Amino acid sequence: MKLHLKIWRQNGPQDKGKMVDYDINDVSPDMSFLEMLDVLNESLVAKNEEPIAFDHDCREGICGTCSLFINGEAHGPDRAVTTCQLHMRKFKDGDTIYIEPWRAKAFPVIKDLMVDRSAFDRIIQAGGYVSVNTSGNTLDANAIPIPKHDADRSFDAAACIGCGACVATCKNASAMLFVSAKVSQFSLLPQGKVEAKQRALNMVKQMDEEGFGNCTNTGACEVECPKEISLENIARLNREYLSAALVE
Amino acid sequence: MSKLDAKIPEGPLADKWTNHKNKINLVNPANKRHIDVIVIGTGLAGASAAATLAELGYNVKAFAFQDSPRRAHSIAAQGGINAAKNYQSDGDSVYRLFYDTIKGGDYRSREANVYRLAEVSTSIIDQCVAQGVPFAREYGGLLDNRSFGGVLVSRTFYAKGQTGQQLLLGAYSALSRQISKGKVEMYNRHEMMDIVIVDGKARGVIVRDLITGELERHSAHAVVLASGGYGNVFFLSTNAMGSNVTAAWKAYRRGAFMANPSFTQIHPTCIPVSGDHQSKLTLMSESLRNDGRIWVPKKKEDAEKLQQKRIKPTEIPEEDRDYYLERRYPAFGNLVPRDVASRAAKERCDAGYGVNPTSQAVYLDFADAIMRYGRTEAHVKGIHNPSDDQVRELGKKVIEAKYGNLFQMYEKIQDENPYETPMMIYPAVHYTMGGLWVDYNLMTTVPGLYALGECNFSDHGANRLGASALMQGLADGYFVIPYTIGDYLANDIRTGPISTESQEFEEAEKFVSDQIKHFVNNNGEKSVDYYHKKLGKIMWDKVGMSRSEEGLKAAINEIRALREEFWKNVRVPGSDTGLNTELEKAIRVSDFLELGELMAMDALDRTESCGGHFREESQTPEGEALRKDETFSFVSAYEHKENDPGKSELHKEPLTFENVEVKQRSYK
Repeated sequence: MKLHLKIWRQNGPQDKGKMVDYDINDVSPDMSFLEMLDVLNESLVAKNEEPIAFDHDCREGICGTCSLFINGEAHGPDRAVTTCQLHMRKFKDGDTIYIEPWRAKAFPVIKDLMVDRSAFDRIIQAGGYVSVNTSGNTLDANAIPIPKHDADRSFDAAACIGCGACVATCKNASAMLFVSAKVSQFSLLPQGKVEAKQRALNMVKQMDEEGFGNCTNTGACEVECPKEISLENIARLNREYLSAALVE
Repeated sequence: MSKLDAKIPEGPLADKWTNHKNKINLVNPANKRHIDVIVIGTGLAGASAAATLAELGYNVKAFAFQDSPRRAHSIAAQGGINAAKNYQSDGDSVYRLFYDTIKGGDYRSREANVYRLAEVSTSIIDQCVAQGVPFAREYGGLLDNRSFGGVLVSRTFYAKGQTGQQLLLGAYSALSRQISKGKVEMYNRHEMMDIVIVDGKARGVIVRDLITGELERHSAHAVVLASGGYGNVFFLSTNAMGSNVTAAWKAYRRGAFMANPSFTQIHPTCIPVSGDHQSKLTLMSESLRNDGRIWVPKKKEDAEKLQQKRIKPTEIPEEDRDYYLERRYPAFGNLVPRDVASRAAKERCDAGYGVNPTSQAVYLDFADAIMRYGRTEAHVKGIHNPSDDQVRELGKKVIEAKYGNLFQMYEKIQDENPYETPMMIYPAVHYTMGGLWVDYNLMTTVPGLYALGECNFSDHGANRLGASALMQGLADGYFVIPYTIGDYLANDIRTGPISTESQEFEEAEKFVSDQIKHFVNNNGEKSVDYYHKKLGKIMWDKVGMSRSEEGLKAAINEIRALREEFWKNVRVPGSDTGLNTELEKAIRVSDFLELGELMAMDALDRTESCGGHFREESQTPEGEALRKDETFSFVSAYEHKENDPGKSELHKEPLTFENVEVKQRSYK
């Protein structure tokens, strides 16, 4: 396949940045999207140009590092995949593809397609944990039975990979899906219930401080989420938050 | 006298760890506040170590090259974590987990370390549940288990096919809690470039800020490496793109011994290579072998038709299929250990029975399991005389609940539906059992320098059993290093802060910056990937699943020549300031080019076959690996010499087995 690429180039946070055109030939439909970019980068290096910077690591859809906005969609046109799992067979010969970084105030661009998502780390640091020490001196793992249904739903929420597609997709750049997934994972388990209220308050406070927008229930985040994290989690977070705020 | 003192505690095997903990020095809480520890890497071993050491009161600085500690490659582990809980009452025990691990490792690991691993395994599960890790559960609310290769019990705890993710997020949450308390200073997007040794002790590191390109000096009283394995020396592996050997290799160059570097795990169930553009390989969890049956056609003409895509696998009748693992190893069948399963796949494909156009693939088939589960479901649901289609639909749902994310991953990559047609798989480099030599305390041969998790060599011998890497990473980080590091640091309570202004820091920084300047000013002709791919091909062809004297000798010469050309002719665009991903890769590949040679040397020296290390010259008449215990029951530990991996000096740590009978492994 031959493709026309329009890729965002930005040489550092202060640079204004612009879309740059690239043509690429001999793209195999079996390539992953990032392998296509690898090939483009090899050709840039061959011309002694700086390759396009993009984040990626595991290339199997679990580390959450890759992050491209492709033709106006987070992680591209396929559903329930990250960019690294997107394959070129989803495109046609002669297509023009727009490739941009995540765009959100709380995710400043570092270079080209790479953004800084450390705001997510700080939200987790504000309460995304159960406050137990790691000594191992605790109850036997089977001491508290947990209904399978609850454990499964907790797992579904915990499957979030922290890629930020929800934020990039949301017109308000809200991080509610991310925050609610973590809050839900714990509030569905007896181990996490103990601090559930404080956790919701602290994480939401940090989310607001980081400059993420408000949730207006458009549901776009759920559609674009590569791990299909459910909107139900946002409803659960709202419940936790409201009941905690009432007590405050 | 050997330079290698493993410091195994006295006493009976089962009491060693308890006795040791009772005897070693402790640091009082007030003094811990004056002691700094550096942790490199934030995977399971690093994150759990950093969190626990901070909790104990040490000042911890943790470094990750990723943009967040949550992204370390432990996150990609799929199938599960072993623990000797014996919740299934199927005969499991600490001893049996110990025994299975020693046997699985083909009697090339240390008894005392492995026993401790089995002993603390049960605490890991308790700990993780307390942290809110959502393990899979049964309807009664208790934890579920499954089986893995090389064992006869169900001791593997799991969270769908995302167990590594859930365990890492657990460790990351514990780490985040300590970051929020200010007890851990976290440095994301920082890569370790060198270790600084002062007066013979590890006292700090040089790191590179990957965003600004600046080199930084950080000092500490001890340095803990948890930087993972080096499978990316093969270019194509299941490791993440950024996984590298640099931290461990720099430690080696500064005096830490490298143990059993040739011991590489080639995982049997990976998605086959599709073309030259391929950047990495994807693993399909070993847990799939619980239900999937591995086969190739019995008839060569069928294989040829499959290779030419003239027939579909479902058209081959049952009697014309060769379930070669079940045929060769009836006792363990599809659940033989990884090294055995991988070699058997290679053997069939080399003999011409491969099933894809490259002839480098075998089938992993779920059709039987789907029908088996379907019938049970129909029974449970009270459906009498269900049709085959009904059974199939019910069975698919069960398979989806167990392996849904893996099946989805396969479909996205291969564009085939594995519920309808068998998966195609082929072995790929996955894990490295070799690594920095450590004693019982996990200290390397450099005082104050520790190695945890995959970057050490300690627990898996010549072959790691499935679901044991997660166990080892967390055991080392949560339950071993917090005790053993205190024994060393007890002597440092009066040392005070370590200065970064010393000559040693100066020299180490200069060494790194000279290397970087060389790369950015080299103006060569070929990209870093060009060399990495060439190295990978040499390694895969000659230091991969099957190794011979002739091939290994050739590999050594080829790698040396390639390394020389790399330094002369590599091209790194951009500068040494600011983000430069090509420069990052160049530094990593320069270390892989040295490591590759040492791996080949080690494989050449060990003229036996053991575990994942298969020497063509050492096999039984049936083609099984032949171990030579009289000559090779030792750990190979290499000492860096004269700035040249080819001149490394081999030291041997003898392995003695007092608690298990050493025999040729048999899974028949």
